[in-house]
Parts: sequence; structure tokens; C-alpha cells
Amino acid sequence: MTEEKSDQESKKESEDNAKDSASNAEETATAEKADSDKQESDKQESDKQESGEASAQPTRAKASRTQEKYLSRNFDIPKAYNIDVYEANGGYRALKKAFDMDGETIIEEVKKSNLRGRGGAGFPCGIKWSFLPKESDVPKYLVVNADEGEPGTFKDRYLMELDPHRHLEGCIIAAWALGIRYCYIFVRGELQFAIDRLQNAIDQAYEKGYLGEKIMGRDFDFDVYVHPGAGAYICGEETGLIEGLEGKSGQPRMKPPFPAVVGVFQAPTIVNNVETISAIPFIVEHGGQWFADMGIEKNGGPKLYGLSGPINNPGVYEAPSGITVRELLESDRFGGGMRDGHELKAFIPGGSSCAVVKPEHLDVQLGFEPMQEIGSSLGTGCLTFMDTNTCMVRLTARLAHFYHHESCGQCTPCREGSGWAAKVLDSIEAGRGRMEDLELLLDMCDNIQGNTICALGDSIAIPVRSYIQTFTDEFEQHIKERGCPFPAWSKAEPHSDSDAA
Amino acid sequence: MAVEFSDEAEEEFADLLSRYPNNLAAMLPTLHLAQREFGWVSVEVMDYVAEKLDVHPTRVLQAATFYTMYNKQPIGKCHIQVCTTLTCALMGGYGLIEHLEETLGIKVGETTPDGNFTLSEAECLASCGTAPMFQVTYSDGESEYFENLTEERVDEVVEELNDKLSQLPDPRTMH
Repeated sequence: MTEEKSDQESKKESEDNAKDSASNAEETATAEKADSDKQESDKQESDKQESGEASAQPTRAKASRTQEKYLSRNFDIPKAYNIDVYEANGGYRALKKAFDMDGETIIEEVKKSNLRGRGGAGFPCGIKWSFLPKESDVPKYLVVNADEGEPGTFKDRYLMELDPHRHLEGCIIAAWALGIRYCYIFVRGELQFAIDRLQNAIDQAYEKGYLGEKIMGRDFDFDVYVHPGAGAYICGEETGLIEGLEGKSGQPRMKPPFPAVVGVFQAPTIVNNVETISAIPFIVEHGGQWFADMGIEKNGGPKLYGLSGPINNPGVYEAPSGITVRELLESDRFGGGMRDGHELKAFIPGGSSCAVVKPEHLDVQLGFEPMQEIGSSLGTGCLTFMDTNTCMVRLTARLAHFYHHESCGQCTPCREGSGWAAKVLDSIEAGRGRMEDLELLLDMCDNIQGNTICALGDSIAIPVRSYIQTFTDEFEQHIKERGCPFPAWSKAEPHSDSDAA
Repeated sequence: MAVEFSDEAEEEFADLLSRYPNNLAAMLPTLHLAQREFGWVSVEVMDYVAEKLDVHPTRVLQAATFYTMYNKQPIGKCHIQVCTTLTCALMGGYGLIEHLEETLGIKVGETTPDGNFTLSEAECLASCGTAPMFQVTYSDGESEYFENLTEERVDEVVEELNDKLSQLPDPRTMH
């Protein structure tokens, strides 16, 4: 059971790729020009057979085609997930540099970099790091939030599957800077391939002495473990994740105390997103100011953007912070515009918890503050585009069902409110809605938001309110006409990948 | 069949325990291991895991019922989980479910009488750039993503899965 993307394509290209398979940096340039992700998947397919890896290689959407690549620079390099190739391409150089810096200096550089948490909340990474107590009687922990589950979001998977050593290098630097002893990478249980790739990278790093005791001759011990989740969106919330790591239900904790003070196993803990940690080696290598310069005010650095929906080139792309939505959607280097016959109706900037945005805001820069100004959020930076065939009532109902399903159940407003919202939205979609239902829904949103332990409650209220307020006419039309005026959910169309090389 | 880890599973279990400062923290990976060994997580399996971890059985029950990846009843050799959240809904995920319902002759949430296929609707599987898609989890513990799907491609995949069935254990008889 093999490549799911296109076996025919694989066979067709395997000849071309055979000569590429001896990996080296020179060939990267060639790979960039060609349809890199196809090559990548073909190569990994053969690698997998060689190394006897258990899981199948997932299909790649379009890889990044930006000129300046950092986070995604190894995505095109064959076998970059192996330590030899990673090192041959400059890997673990930042770690060596970090060992010549003291922790305080590294934290200062990270502060200067304006690196914001890439998991959606956008908390400044350096500030978070500075909350961790310097002295501790118990070992301190780094917990990587790799529980990527925000609907519309698929960037961290690429980092874990294609460049796992970059991520490990970031973990080791963070641990060195912060005096951390152990790290758990909490990966969604569904992402078997990412788990295998990370484990493979960890095993290699131990062999090379980048992990374990007395790392590179320093008085520094550090162990990393992969911890598989088991199917719970709520474990993407940092304290829910900590509970899951401790073997319990992923029910978020009251804060304070924050994890930096009392985290996993009652010890001081830093919880960071995968992409956040993967960015650390670049900050150490090039400096915090360099990172900050590649962005806009308060939002530094290159970032991975995921583009999905009925567009020409869906996939993961790297671009500086502050790029506009329009450029990502329309440029041939990125999304390549809407597919023929599909007209843009709206987009979500970074996962289903963000407020929906109309096309009139396409020129807004992708940063936390600019997105807040138009009433939405940058979230994870994985954008979902919707066309004019999309029924906003049906989509809102679908999202409400998602949150109802994923609510951990400990707070009444979230547990009950999400279910009520889903029922009311279903009835509107089915033509049984009443005008007063819209007020009722908005009232529910007001009563959920801010009244729960964690942000999942807000994540129900914010989108539901935004769809109703942004597309009020559409909701009213459903109620007045006693039914849905839109076509059924779209059927799957052949993917446009093949003509976009 | 008695519920007892194989020698390999015992080895893996010992490795799992070594990764955490306490046994309880090994809960999720141990339940994954148990599901792979015993096909599904019955009350008997939960009791066994509780014994292995030396924790109260309600701890295991709590985790096994909170997390959706643990199957509390036997499922098919191939568990097809179609994503229908957000992008997959927009790009044809529901159409795939209808098509699979026709092809397999079951409704979503059901298992074919021969125990070969279970069809489920799944929440976002982080594969939005290659929507629509589904994940197949096999009874031997492996899993696989199938992406950029069309109805034609689904038919091919079902054929491939059919070819694979003879190599897969039947979860109903694994313990």
C-alpha cells in the first residue's frame, strides 16, 4: 500500500528522480524549478522502502516556492529528514553557535526577534520564555504542542515530516537557553507518519550525541520523547495538552498558575508550537534583529502559510510576516488565484476559530494586530478560502457541531452552548428557523465567550457571531424562504496539481 | 483469548514506562499499544492496562472514553475515516461519504457484516491542502492518509484495501 497521490505520476517521474536521489545541495535548485513536492513524495516513497519505514508517505500539497526560504528550505532537499543530509545542509550549526552563547543572551535575541507563538494565540515567544523560573528544585520541561488540529491548519505536519531535525535543533537550543532537562513532543495520534519521522530523527540525534548526557562535551543533559495524542482537539490547548501528557482527560486547567510556574508533573514548563520552535535555530544563527526585520511591527520572521479551498495551488508556503492575503491568494508563487468557475466569497485567516472575513479585506497584512483591526485574528496563518457556492449557514452549523464534539465538557456554557447553537443553526438550515433565532444565537455567543476555563468557548462564540453578523442577509433569507437557497456541498473535483508545475 | 501482552509488546511497554516520571503518564501510549495488540479496547483490556500501569481502573476508563482513537467496540480491519470539517466539507468530503456508503453498503458509523470495513466521519485531520481526504487505520495498528480524492480514486483505494484484507487480523477475534 503505497503512494496515495498518484501512482501513475510516481511511476512516470521515478526515472527522472532516480538520478536525483543521491542527495546534495546542488540539486536543490533544480528541484525548486520542478514540481518539488512530487519529487519529494516519490523520493520519500523509495526511501521508505529502503529504510523499511512503517507508515506511508502522505501526499504533499504544493511546497513553498518563495525565493528566500528558511523554515521550508529543506522541504525540497531529498532525505533532509536524515541527520547526514541535514548536517550537510548547515544543520546543527545554530546549535553549535548557541553553545557559545549564554541562556540570557539567547532569550534576549528571541525577544528582539518578535517571534510570536505560531499555534494561534500569538503570544511573544521571548516573553513566554522569560516567565520560566531560572532556578528550580525539580527538572524543567519543554512541551511542544504538535497537536495540530485547528480546522484548516496543516503546516506543522510539514515541519515534522520533512525537516524534523530543524525542530529538534530548536528544542535543544531552547533547552540550553532555559535550563530545561526533558522535552515531550505531543503529536496528534493521527499523524503516524510525523511520529515515525520525529522518532527516527530523535534516534539519530542520540547516536550523534546531540541528545542524551553531556551533550557535545557540555555539562548539559537533555532528553526528548515523542508523546502520541489520541484524538482530542482540546489537547491543542496548552493545559489540556499537559493533562493529556499526564495520562488524564484533556480538560484544561484554571490559570494562573501558568505552565511556566506549574506545568507538567507540577514542574515549570514551557509549551511552544512546532513552528515556533523550528524558527529558533534561524534566530540564533542570524540574530533577533534579522528575524524581526523580516516582518512588520510586533510580528517578526518568516512564517508558514497554509492555503486551502477551491484555489489553484493549495499547499504550504513560506513568506515573511505581514504579507497580504491578496498576494498569498493571487500570486502564482503561492495560491495562484481561485480556480476557474469559483468566485471568492470569504476567507478565514488562520483556522476555524477565527472570525470570517470578506474579500474587501484582501489587502490586510497577515499579522496579529492588522487582523485584529478588521475584527478577526491571524490564528495559525493557515487560510481557508470559500467560494460563492458556500452556504454560510450550513458551514456555521458544521463548525458548531465540531466544537460541540470537541468541547471537553467541564464548563457548562461551552458544553451546552455549543450543542444548542448547533441545533438552532441546523433548524435554520433546514428551513425551520425563526427571525428571533438570530438574536438567540448572538445572545448564546455572548454568554459563552469569556465564561469558560479555556479559549475553546471563545472559539465557538467568535466564528458563530461573525458568520451571522457578516452574512446576516443569508441567514435571514434561509428563515424567510424556509430553506436553503444554496446547492448541496460540492462534490470532489480532480485536483489541479497536475497542470501547475 | 487471554488478554496478555506479547513479548515484543512487553518490551515496548517497558520502554514506554522509562519515558515518564510516573506510570499514569504512560496511559495514552499504553492504550495505543493495547489496541494494537488486542484489536480494540474492551473493559477486559482496560482492566489489564490498569493492572500493568498499577493505576485504578477508572483512570483507564476515563482516558479510553475521552479520546476518540480508542475503539470501545470491535471495528473493521480497515477503518476509513473521512474528514468533513471545514476545507474537506467545502471540497467534497460529504460526497466521498455518500459514495463510500454506496460502495460498501453501510451507513457512516457502521461496520460491514464481514468485519472488513468501518466507515466514520472524522474531524479535521490536518490535510486541508490536499482535501478531500480520508485516513485508513488498519487492524495491525498502521495507518495511512489518502489525499486529493475523487470518487474514481476512492474506488481504486477500496480495491487496494480489498487486496490487503487477507494480511490483516480481525479485531473481533484478537482477544
